[in-house]
Amino acid sequence: MKKAWYAYPYLVWMAIFIVVPLFLLLFYTFTATTEEGIRFTLQHIKRVWEPIYLMVLLRSILLALICTVVCLLIGYPVALILASKEYSQKRVLALLFVIPMWINFLVRTYAWMSLLGKNGLIDMVMNFLHLPPVQLLYTDHAVVLGMVYNFLPFMVLPIYSVLTKMDKSIIEAAEDLGADYITVLKRIIIPLSLPGVISGITMVFMPAVTTFIISRLLGGGQYILIGNLIEQQFIVVGDWNFGSAISFVLTVIILISMGIMRKYDREYEGGAIW
Amino acid sequence: MKKAFKIFGLFFSIMIVVGILTGCGSVPKAQLKVYNWGDYIDETVIEEFEKKYNIDVIYDTFATNEEMYVKVKGGGADYDVAIPSDYMIERMIKEGMLEKIDFSNVPNYKYIDERFKNLPYDPNNEYSVPYMWGTVGILYNKKMVKEPVDSWKILWDEKYKKQIFMLDSSRDSIGVALKMLGYSLNTRNIDELEQAKEALIRQKPLVLSYVGDEVKDAMISGQAALAVVWSGDAVYTKRENPDLEYVIPKEGSNLWVDAMVILKGTKNKKAAEQFINFMCEPEIAFRNADYIGYSTPHTEAKKMLDPEILNDRTAYPPDEDLKNCEVFEALSDVIKEYDRVWTEVKAAR
Repeated sequence: MKKAWYAYPYLVWMAIFIVVPLFLLLFYTFTATTEEGIRFTLQHIKRVWEPIYLMVLLRSILLALICTVVCLLIGYPVALILASKEYSQKRVLALLFVIPMWINFLVRTYAWMSLLGKNGLIDMVMNFLHLPPVQLLYTDHAVVLGMVYNFLPFMVLPIYSVLTKMDKSIIEAAEDLGADYITVLKRIIIPLSLPGVISGITMVFMPAVTTFIISRLLGGGQYILIGNLIEQQFIVVGDWNFGSAISFVLTVIILISMGIMRKYDREYEGGAIW
Repeated sequence: MKKAFKIFGLFFSIMIVVGILTGCGSVPKAQLKVYNWGDYIDETVIEEFEKKYNIDVIYDTFATNEEMYVKVKGGGADYDVAIPSDYMIERMIKEGMLEKIDFSNVPNYKYIDERFKNLPYDPNNEYSVPYMWGTVGILYNKKMVKEPVDSWKILWDEKYKKQIFMLDSSRDSIGVALKMLGYSLNTRNIDELEQAKEALIRQKPLVLSYVGDEVKDAMISGQAALAVVWSGDAVYTKRENPDLEYVIPKEGSNLWVDAMVILKGTKNKKAAEQFINFMCEPEIAFRNADYIGYSTPHTEAKKMLDPEILNDRTAYPPDEDLKNCEVFEALSDVIKEYDRVWTEVKAAR
């Protein structure tokens, strides 16, 4: 394939910021620095499979899955509403969804800390209603809430864009032939929107499984996730080899799940079956 | 035409590479990069220094010694002055990361209390100038904790489930567990370390959160009953919320000194020394001590402080409170074990 001239800067960019770091990751994963010098080793990879770290990995995947399912359950109806005839003319609602994304997500997560914390807004409302106070901040629930809140737009927007681009005449034809809304939804809209759903799932699951700042702020360092473990290895402990090994395992898991997603994506292309 | 584009493309690629490799070039004013703990200076002092010496100060902060060490060691940062703690200074001296200070350029060093000179971490006092000192102890809310607090064991009391803040710092938290068990916080005994690990994991369900500087606001607003804090933070929080009290547990604790050091590879050693000297000017040292609440090793600054602070057991504890306290050692040979223990504590559920 002949490369166009304008691809060069991008290729250089990719080489420096994607390829080189990936090789560094591999290098640190499979080497150990001893007094005799650098040698090949599998000890770091082995350490990742110790039960204690495996539990962290499983916990991260579980929380990310919960987050993805919740995002899908909330996101799909929202995308349907946004794309429906009544709202598609007015872009205001879609805009309202995007505007919070203009604010740095760290700031928004900090805001949740003061909402959920003791003597925070929710605590005050509970007090006012004479309900027993609940511990919200520094729990798994808070972490999932923070993830859903931050990643929901990544679920809504791909589905929304697929829905708006959908050929409306197919839906009209179905309605003309006597299909009720449920049937239309089941047989036409959902199958046709699957590519959007799949890219939404990917876009939510990936950042959710690797997040470290949401779990740090809202989980209080109590519930560390795999992202925190990696961060800790690099920032606090300075064990780059072990940090790289965890990152490597995580990358492999993400690549595998992306592969599975792609397979489904292809199967549903054209939206023939449901 | 096409060829011209091609050349342009290549040129652009080279530009990116060159740009990345060289970074930004010209510097109009002398620059000094200072790396300090968060909330650990009266920031108007920095402005004053900039004006007086016509030097731009780039001021960054860290939350733990380990974070600072990893960043400096990794070579990703080119700081001139840093303010780490004793054991970290010892480690950095051993690893050749520090520059010797020319004390003829730091005449204000004479104001530093003799007690804080020639300490084990810098025995001949060549590398560091003490900035603040203090202890680690328990900060508790008198309204929530009715019983007397005098032991680390209270942090393992089921009664205070989800009411405890621990420090998100390996040496400090492991140190608390070691002291609770009656061991030295500089232990080299792996068995004792494992016991400390078990204790910290056992304690996890009781802990509300592992925190850094946030602990101050959280304790002031009454988010928890007990917290492990550094003494200066206790002085500050007690000022904001009179319900809070600080105690050094009877098992003993950590006595620490944070000192200013110059990092190897500094491009502006003179400015770095000017900065350290400036920080030791009585007026400036007083303002810092007064603002952040930590205990100053500066004799003149101490004289200027409010007598109420000087009589405060939190800031200037009597010797009897300090009798079981230890200063951290670098423990270069077993530090990896401490790192492993801390990683496992944080990963455990």
